[in-house]
Amino acid sequence: MTSTFDKFFTFLFYRKSLALFLLLAPLLIWLGVVYLGSLFTLLIQSFFSVDSFSGVIKREFTLESYYDLFRQSTNWDIIIRTSTMAFTVTVVSAIIAFPIAYYMAMNAGPKLKPILYLGVMLPLWSSYLVKVYSWKLIMAKEGILTWCLERLGLMNVLDAILALPVIGGSSLSFSYLGMFLVFVYIWLPYMILPIQASLERIPKSLLEASSDLGGGPSQTFRKVILPLAFPGVVAGSIFTFSLSLGDYIIPTIIGNSSYFIGMAVYTHQGTAGNIPLAAAFSVVPIIIMMIYLSIAKRLGAFDAL
Amino acid sequence: MRSKWNLGSIGLKTATLFGFLFIHIPILIIIMYAFSTDEKTFQFPLPGFTTKWFGVAWERNDIWEAIILSSQVALISTFIAIFLGTLACLAVYRSQFFGKEIISFLVILPIALPGIVTGISLRSAMSLFGIPFSTWTIVIAHATFCIVTVYNNVLARLRRSSHSMVEASMDLGANPWQTFRFVILPNIATALLAGGMLSFALSFDEVIVTTFTAGQQSTVPIWMLTEFIRPRQRPVTNVVAVFVILVTTIPILVAYYLTKEDDGRKK
Repeated sequence: MTSTFDKFFTFLFYRKSLALFLLLAPLLIWLGVVYLGSLFTLLIQSFFSVDSFSGVIKREFTLESYYDLFRQSTNWDIIIRTSTMAFTVTVVSAIIAFPIAYYMAMNAGPKLKPILYLGVMLPLWSSYLVKVYSWKLIMAKEGILTWCLERLGLMNVLDAILALPVIGGSSLSFSYLGMFLVFVYIWLPYMILPIQASLERIPKSLLEASSDLGGGPSQTFRKVILPLAFPGVVAGSIFTFSLSLGDYIIPTIIGNSSYFIGMAVYTHQGTAGNIPLAAAFSVVPIIIMMIYLSIAKRLGAFDAL
Repeated sequence: MRSKWNLGSIGLKTATLFGFLFIHIPILIIIMYAFSTDEKTFQFPLPGFTTKWFGVAWERNDIWEAIILSSQVALISTFIAIFLGTLACLAVYRSQFFGKEIISFLVILPIALPGIVTGISLRSAMSLFGIPFSTWTIVIAHATFCIVTVYNNVLARLRRSSHSMVEASMDLGANPWQTFRFVILPNIATALLAGGMLSFALSFDEVIVTTFTAGQQSTVPIWMLTEFIRPRQRPVTNVVAVFVILVTTIPILVAYYLTKEDDGRKK
């Protein structure tokens, strides 16, 4: 009955560190070689340069790509535009998500709770591209939004908003406002779930203690619930911020052809064939995310993930 | 402390209701448009309803090719993710060693960093080492970010299941392989399946990393993206969108029920 296979397994069982090594090796090799290796290659390539005559990549250390990147004010515009969008999307998502998460965690009964949870989880996991596309349908000139606003007699309000500088545009689907709306829509579930989880973890006894000690509902909310839920908000913001920072599909499909970091990276490596510049460009979101993550860690967000 | 009908509660209910309408209506709209008789625009209200586009989409070879490629990639990536993720979970759970935290961090990193970073890194590495684009380059990319779903699901299950069963099995004379095969594996089976389902849905839907690692081939999301930018037959795109909703939603629902049942049993 005992095969060589069984014997090998038993042999390993009594040599814990060898077994540990064999169990971990495939994952470490994969992530170490494929993933970290690639990230490292990217970093290396950002220090290469492209010969301006032949278009061939010169494999010598130079800071030319970084120099190119920061010399042009348009690149600064791209970085600032992307970060501002990511930041605004994050803040607004948090404001919309909080009451929903609060209702799910605190008010919903045991029957409603799983339905609501599934109702947030399904859109989170379901097709990203389809969701972006649906907004293209909704915001199209002849589309559903125009129809609704006409029925409500609010078309002049939309026109007035679209006439505003910066956020406006020729139509909603060619404006920053439209892009912002889609970003908030797509990432909202990523914000709701961590906030809900952190609210769920607040012991009910703390709320009772607060009210026993004379704290009114609003005081309890401000002094007890909000501070305890804050790490959840920060945890959610990691997703919304990071995802907005790197996305290039939404700015490509919706919005007025002005560049975002993701689009710039895509164009530089693709049509322009300038991998070193694309690499240098993508180091920017890595650095922004590293700063963001270190702040988030200090705010206790990792315990709320 | 909180009365049921105070203003805060009504406000909260309204906010939740609108929030849910906001996140669900767009998906319903897509489904509705797949049945529209309107060919050129996004006209609303729809001029009429038809199921003809489903037939048209069925006849299109390019769609079938994309579906086959996406399914192949998602299946292979999921198997790789299950293999790598499960082995690592067995190592991480119940043992302490230097660098344990780093492993969890490493597993999350490919989805924590923006997709564009993962995509451009893999592409720049492939170009530097002269690796030609193929189905396998897509698989390598997808498996990398799919590991996390399997890893998290299996690890959560292992942490919740009691170790006394393993001890009992060993006491009763089972060897380590038998213990793994007949005690641990059945215990984590639904978590494995749930993780695998989520990983399949994740891979089937991924577009940003895929654009960087696919070369000339198109997966379903790449096909859709091309259609958004240069539309050929809009209603057919809507049909494919409905198909994608189904292909990603069903595994997520299955995964949810597989892990929910487990919660009920363990509590």
